[in-house]
Amino acid sequence: MTGIAIDIGEKRFPAAAGAPSRLIYRDFRLEVAPFAFVVLLAPSGLGKTTLLNMVAGLDRDFSGTIRFRPAAGTATRPEGPRLAYAFQSPRLLPWRSVVDNVALPLGRDPAAMEKALAMLRQVGLEEQAHAFPERLSLGQQRRAALARAFVIDPDVLLMDEPFVSLDEAGAARLRDLLRRLLAQRPATVMFVTHDSREAVELGSRIVRLDGVPAQIVADVAVELSPQERRSPDAVEALRRQVVG
Amino acid sequence: MAFLRSGTATAGGSGGEATRSGLAGLTMTLISLALLALAWQAAAWLVASPLLPGPPEVAAALVRASADFALPRNILITLGRVAASFLIAMVVGAAIGIVLGRSKALDRVFGPWLIVLLNLPALVVIILCYVWFGLTEAAAITAVAVNKIPNVAVTLREGAAALSRELDEMALVYRFGPLRTLRHVVLPQLAPFFAAAARSGLALTWKIVLVVELLGRSNGVGFELQTAFQLFDVATVLAYALAFTLVVQIIELLLLQPLERRAGRWRR
Repeated sequence: MTGIAIDIGEKRFPAAAGAPSRLIYRDFRLEVAPFAFVVLLAPSGLGKTTLLNMVAGLDRDFSGTIRFRPAAGTATRPEGPRLAYAFQSPRLLPWRSVVDNVALPLGRDPAAMEKALAMLRQVGLEEQAHAFPERLSLGQQRRAALARAFVIDPDVLLMDEPFVSLDEAGAARLRDLLRRLLAQRPATVMFVTHDSREAVELGSRIVRLDGVPAQIVADVAVELSPQERRSPDAVEALRRQVVG
Repeated sequence: MAFLRSGTATAGGSGGEATRSGLAGLTMTLISLALLALAWQAAAWLVASPLLPGPPEVAAALVRASADFALPRNILITLGRVAASFLIAMVVGAAIGIVLGRSKALDRVFGPWLIVLLNLPALVVIILCYVWFGLTEAAAITAVAVNKIPNVAVTLREGAAALSRELDEMALVYRFGPLRTLRHVVLPQLAPFFAAAARSGLALTWKIVLVVELLGRSNGVGFELQTAFQLFDVATVLAYALAFTLVVQIIELLLLQPLERRAGRWRR
């Protein structure tokens, strides 16, 4: 339910272990509209994860501001927007069952467990609800991480290559699942990837970053219908336009 | 419920194997212990002196000491002291260790104190506690706890320094708050370090408690051992030693090992 206004004066990593300090962003601005699905497309090591961490409040060591703006007609929450983050690795607690992992952001009371179980049914993991995460395949763990992200009904969903190191069929199934979940619980999404096909299939807007410090080199709105997103030709055509 | 079913199924399977290999292991242990008893009896025959009584004499001493419930009472008193000082040492040591593990600055200031304490002989701590606080129960328990605290702190410091930053960030983003983070994120990561500290700690605590009792208490296994020593009653010394060792082993088997297994059951 929230737009995001990112305005970074400067972000650099301090010098460490002999390496000089590294400039990541300077005078970087990005406006994300409420309910947009913005894909950040960039080669590895450019600072995409850093940007998500700054939006998530995990990295506060930068100059500038990141503001969340409630969409027209919705009230501001006093505690700030509800934020969910699907990390590059699933980051589940290995010593808690899958359903506990999904319920923990809500508090693990009976109502939370009920909601977590319903969420697990939606991602197709009800059978594994009481297993420990390490007994699951990577694809299933990623589904559980998605369930944990959506169980809190997030206003803002940050995703950092959440489908990486899955085979193509598995990644496609998870992309489908993500689209279905978002249709039921719309949220403002910032999705990081280096896979331009994935970007075109999912995003409503693709922002390509490059250079040091990172700058926006392309900013393309994707206006494909759901059917076109499933057609390899349409995706490929737009992909060329973005990357080209 | 589904989990309980599959859980008992796998646990039952591995449990069956564990029982079988456990039985074989138990048989070997019993044979080994019987051999030790035989060797002891042989040595007693060879020496033929009241200073090395054989198993029958020690068994008789055991019965004698148990007749007026002196032996079980003294073992219980000693166990109470072990439990109290062990708990204090675990709580205080863990708190110190976690704080030092999380803060490099504090570790630089107070880390060397730990090394000094680690290398302080147990006897010195015991004497100082008795001198400063008198020959009291509190002094005895403090002395044992102080001996043990640096070990616990060093072990837990290692665990706290290795806590996962990734899971910390996850807990932060999903707003777990300090209590849920401690219970579900931090403590499970520290569980193996708690187990290691408890194991080595208990072994140390048993031994030091006896010395503390010998030096400044008027009951407990340590005091009884001293009395028997003064009478050169070796049979009673051995009877107490055997009974105490047995109790310690039972606690280890029935309490510590199941706890450790429970803490590690999520591992593949």
